Amino acid sequence: MLEVRGLRAGYGHVEVLRGIDLTIDEGGIAALLGSNGVGKTTFNAAISGLIKPWAGTVLFEGSRLPGGNSQAAIDVGLVQVPEGRHIFPNLTVRDNLLLGGCRRGKTNRSVNIEKVLETFPRLRERLTQKAGTMSGGEQQMLAIGRGLMTEPKLLILDEPSLGLSPLLVEEMFELIVALNKQGLTILLVEQNVHLSLEIATQGYVMENGAITLSGLSETLLDNPELQKSYLGV
Amino acid sequence: MNSAILLPSILNGTTTGALYALVALGLTLIYGVLHIINFAHGALLMVALYGVYFLYKLFGIDPYVSLLIVPPLMFCIGYVLQRLVITRASHGRDENILLVTLGLSIVIENLALFFFKSDTQVVDTPYGFEVVEIFGAFLPYPKIIAFVGALVTAGALWLFMERTDLGRSIRALAKERKGAQLVGINVPHVFAMSFGIGVGVLGIAACLLMPSYYVSPQVGQGFVLIAFTVVVLGGMGSFGGALIGGLIIGVVEAVGGLVLGESLGQIGIFAVFILILLFRPQGLLGHKV
Repeated sequence: MLEVRGLRAGYGHVEVLRGIDLTIDEGGIAALLGSNGVGKTTFNAAISGLIKPWAGTVLFEGSRLPGGNSQAAIDVGLVQVPEGRHIFPNLTVRDNLLLGGCRRGKTNRSVNIEKVLETFPRLRERLTQKAGTMSGGEQQMLAIGRGLMTEPKLLILDEPSLGLSPLLVEEMFELIVALNKQGLTILLVEQNVHLSLEIATQGYVMENGAITLSGLSETLLDNPELQKSYLGV
Repeated sequence: MNSAILLPSILNGTTTGALYALVALGLTLIYGVLHIINFAHGALLMVALYGVYFLYKLFGIDPYVSLLIVPPLMFCIGYVLQRLVITRASHGRDENILLVTLGLSIVIENLALFFFKSDTQVVDTPYGFEVVEIFGAFLPYPKIIAFVGALVTAGALWLFMERTDLGRSIRALAKERKGAQLVGINVPHVFAMSFGIGVGVLGIAACLLMPSYYVSPQVGQGFVLIAFTVVVLGGMGSFGGALIGGLIIGVVEAVGGLVLGESLGQIGIFAVFILILLFRPQGLLGHKV
């Protein structure tokens, strides 16, 4: 579904991504793993058009995405739920969701909003509340709900467990599995290596702006190198 | 002081206040919502007033008929100015926008001085001096129409911001630019649209203002400071607040003029401004964030 070849990107003169190759198959959950500052968020920004890559190609369902154009990414169904949520704090929950479907998914907005509210019943109670006044977990639900309003084919979740309580983290991962079972392809970008690989089909480990390890998640879980550096075994 | 002069002066102040509110409504969108400090607001009002004036002088088009022509034209001017001049010249930094719009206002006002000279011009419509008596106050028809116009415009803007995607996008953009990009909002376009709509509302203000007012190249200057005062007083980004703020300032100015004399009447405006902000720093209808 997504094929990234030789992607390079950075800010100013600093190169962050040094040639990333990555493939995501339709229908699965791919995990992009790595600790803080290795370039995961820059990778997301580059493929979803928030920044213009320096080099490389991004193919989505076989056609090439223009770099640095977030609307083009949304139009084909590549949707990102960013790290730090970036919901609209001054808007109500309903308006946040409506804006999620203001470009792609506009014709089915009322149907989609109902679906999102079924997935996140908590949001239904908060529909007319300003989004910025909700708890962190509720804001994360809203961020994902807003992403779902865009009728994604590939949903990128950047650190969805960040700042959530352990109980909520578990709920979040269950939700990701549930969304995937409904047919949504997911790219999960996480620091939580163990939990992510448990639900993922493929895994990529990023270090210093390059992919150092990749493969099926079961294989990766058994990989001694990964166990040593990330799982504390 | 007896109520025989107080009440008419309050009513007169209300109608003047409605004009202030009209001018401030566009600024509420540009400054209150998007936090673009637009010092060219007064100069653009002047441009719109000249537009109304020349449409009347050259083609005999009534200022109220100009409502169909001037606001759309002003919208286009605002859109293009924001997209081609302000954004490019300010390189995306807010403090530069302040300087760019200040510079724009100087250029526009001096061009007007050069072409139109500094004479004041009026349109003499048949109804311009007709008055209607309300509670002992003789109010000119144009001012009553402007009052209604201010109410309708504030209501329409509020509805637009609450109920349309563009309105939601403008509010979203004000706080969360990255989030806006991620849902596919065309950021430069929406910025320019807001600026265009804000300037378009100035076009409405000009059409409603002209029958009871005048135009000269410096006419906008008197309005800019009051407009900023009204926006902050009413609460940043609140259209209802701008309406009430405008009315309060109009009334305070009129009553202050009555008590302290015409030239000191404006002192009251800023005294009330300081007082209200002391007790409600977020403005009358503003939200704490």
